[in-house]
Amino acid sequence: MTSLSTADMQSIADRHPDVFTGSWRKSLKGWAIGAGLVAYLVFAWWFFAVGAVLAGGNWGIAGTYLADWVSYEIRPQIDFKDDRLDIGYPRFASYRADRHPEWLSFDQPAATAAAPAANKAAASRVTVEIDGRGRIEITPSSVRVSRGDETLDIAVAPEKSITIAGELPAWATQRAPGEKITVDFGFAGSAQIDADDVKIRHRFLGWENFVFDANSPFWGKSTGEVFALVVSGDRLDPRRSNAALAWDNIVNNSEWQHGDVWTKLLQTIVMAFVGTLFASLLAFPLAFLAARNITRNRLVNQVAKRFFDFLRSVDMLIWALFFTRAFGPGPIAGISAIFVTDTGTFGKLYSEALENIDDKQREGMRSVGASPASVQRYGVVPQVLPVLISQSLYFWESNTRSATIIGAVGAGGIGLKLWEAMRTNSDWENVAYMVLLILAVVFIFDNISTALRHRLIGGKSSH
Amino acid sequence: MTMPLSEAGLAVERHWRELAGRRRLYTAGGLIFLLVALSGSLWFANESNAGKFFDRLPHFFDFVDQMIPRDGLEVWRALFDLPSPYDDGSLKFDYPDGRMYLFDSSFYLPEYVYKMLETINVALVSTLIGFAFGFLLCFLAASNLVTQRWLRFFVRRFLEILRAFPEIVIAGFFLAILSMGAIPAIIAVSLHTIGALGKLFFEVVENADMKADEGLRAVGGNWPERVWFGIVPQVMPNFLSYALLRLEINVRASTIIGAVGGGGIGEALRLSISRTHEAKTIAIILLLFCTIVAVDQLSAWLRKKLVGEQAFGRGE
Repeated sequence: MTSLSTADMQSIADRHPDVFTGSWRKSLKGWAIGAGLVAYLVFAWWFFAVGAVLAGGNWGIAGTYLADWVSYEIRPQIDFKDDRLDIGYPRFASYRADRHPEWLSFDQPAATAAAPAANKAAASRVTVEIDGRGRIEITPSSVRVSRGDETLDIAVAPEKSITIAGELPAWATQRAPGEKITVDFGFAGSAQIDADDVKIRHRFLGWENFVFDANSPFWGKSTGEVFALVVSGDRLDPRRSNAALAWDNIVNNSEWQHGDVWTKLLQTIVMAFVGTLFASLLAFPLAFLAARNITRNRLVNQVAKRFFDFLRSVDMLIWALFFTRAFGPGPIAGISAIFVTDTGTFGKLYSEALENIDDKQREGMRSVGASPASVQRYGVVPQVLPVLISQSLYFWESNTRSATIIGAVGAGGIGLKLWEAMRTNSDWENVAYMVLLILAVVFIFDNISTALRHRLIGGKSSH
Repeated sequence: MTMPLSEAGLAVERHWRELAGRRRLYTAGGLIFLLVALSGSLWFANESNAGKFFDRLPHFFDFVDQMIPRDGLEVWRALFDLPSPYDDGSLKFDYPDGRMYLFDSSFYLPEYVYKMLETINVALVSTLIGFAFGFLLCFLAASNLVTQRWLRFFVRRFLEILRAFPEIVIAGFFLAILSMGAIPAIIAVSLHTIGALGKLFFEVVENADMKADEGLRAVGGNWPERVWFGIVPQVMPNFLSYALLRLEINVRASTIIGAVGGGGIGEALRLSISRTHEAKTIAIILLLFCTIVAVDQLSAWLRKKLVGEQAFGRGE
């Protein structure tokens, strides 16, 4: 093979200059598009006040919210009283005055000390271990925090003042002398110390009380213990068997509301299923009216097609809001919204499929003198049915996802529950749970629908 | 006149009957299963709805009745923020209050037109962001350009997660951090768009003609050069066409996200329907309908110019 010398290449370039210098018009077009895009993005930045909104965002809390997806906090609070300490927990927490986590130990107070409030436990000395990384020792007059080999000693005059002995370590912060001190243990938690109390937040990986809530007699027991109780234990509740009790406790778990979540998830599935099925059933005959080659009447075709366009363009959200007002919140509204929108979508897709059929089979049917109904039944339907069913299956899967979203405006299903859990800003672990369930359902339906479609149309996807 | 069938012929016929019988059995079984599932679903839906279907059906028409404004002109007044003769100081007739004055107090944008523009801009910005990142990621997921299996696997799973993650959760999360507004909606719709477009894009790239790439490799082009000069020119029309389709979907999606707190026309619609402000509701529906039709038509026209009559799926 011969190779070109530099001189040869130069001479080719000289003879055909237009090949090597692109037209200025083309390069100008590229620059114009780029400049237009930049100008638009600058406009959008100004229009949505992106800078101000991002700066005003509560980014400090974002980390906590994200951590809440996969972890939980236990928050004991230790109040300073003159002669004792009172240990308390937030309301609805798993721990109570008579039930403490194992990482919190305390000594009983002297008999002379006054009795604490009903929901608190009295102590003369409290020790809190934070994952072996830190340790907080509290007495009525002092707090000692240690992390690694550093120690912070704080003298406390109950309900009056706190004083630090020595320097503050890097992991402790205090805005001004005498104010509250925040001690940071990283992911494992933090503690806030002031003259009234010590607030401890100890974070653990996982979902708290996912199976049994703290009111259940099965709470805190290992899987083996629960299993043994269910299989052969004495009845915890004389009225029913342990298995029934355990199941009831799981379904009615007050924090995770499994029963309610599953019902709502089933509603979402039902909404997508019934809505898609009804839409397919209605769109099927209407598509025959809209198809040019089957109904030879321009007016009827156009009316049917514009009707489909109308249903599609009014948008699922509008239908969802509309039917929620009409039928009350719940899955019927969702079914109606999916049904109406998809009748439009299927009508369009089906009529396009019908317009693309091979005409020879119909001719054959007609030539042997079949009735018009038979011509459609044996000449048209066998050709398009797999394609139509395949399209319906495809939308069944994507409607499961849409049903979640329209649920949030009141059209039933898990959407509203998801939205409510997010609005409280404290139930992100429930959000994570529901998202996992939704992802699992969408994944399963996606696979079922793909498998069925492959069987129907023999390996090649229509989309 | 019928000929008696030979031994082999009888066997064929018997076999055919068997097959047909089995087929009929499967069809009947499938239909029965579908029917049982359907009636169970309907019963369940009716049971768990706030109002029962047949109890509510008469009220359905009451509700439709409530949605008819006092006179036809009210819809135009609501749409263009003109004062209403029925104004009694209530929220229902406060049309002029929503005016958005531009420059000075002589020219204004009607409230709903402004909100519609906001929603369209959310869709447009999200589509642009989705296009940019989908474009950057898709080449890394294409089996004809990337030989490292782990990289392809990683990018594809990443795109899948972005696509499958419910938009509403991303919107809700950023609403909690950034408070109400359009930016959570932009983030949510953009992330979903990256996943959706990225997947469609890498499928286009995998179907690209590799001859141009071979030529570039032969003259020693490096990877970015091969992609930029060999692949991008052939796939760009399809990419743009998919992006336009996505824009249609995103206009709808940003309306829905708006209704659950993302601002824009979706929120206005949800409020006006729940407060039974009939003229406002009809004005918004009219505006939304015209916008969606206009965007769909524009995008269909552009796509036809880009890739001809080639048909596309909606690519969720």
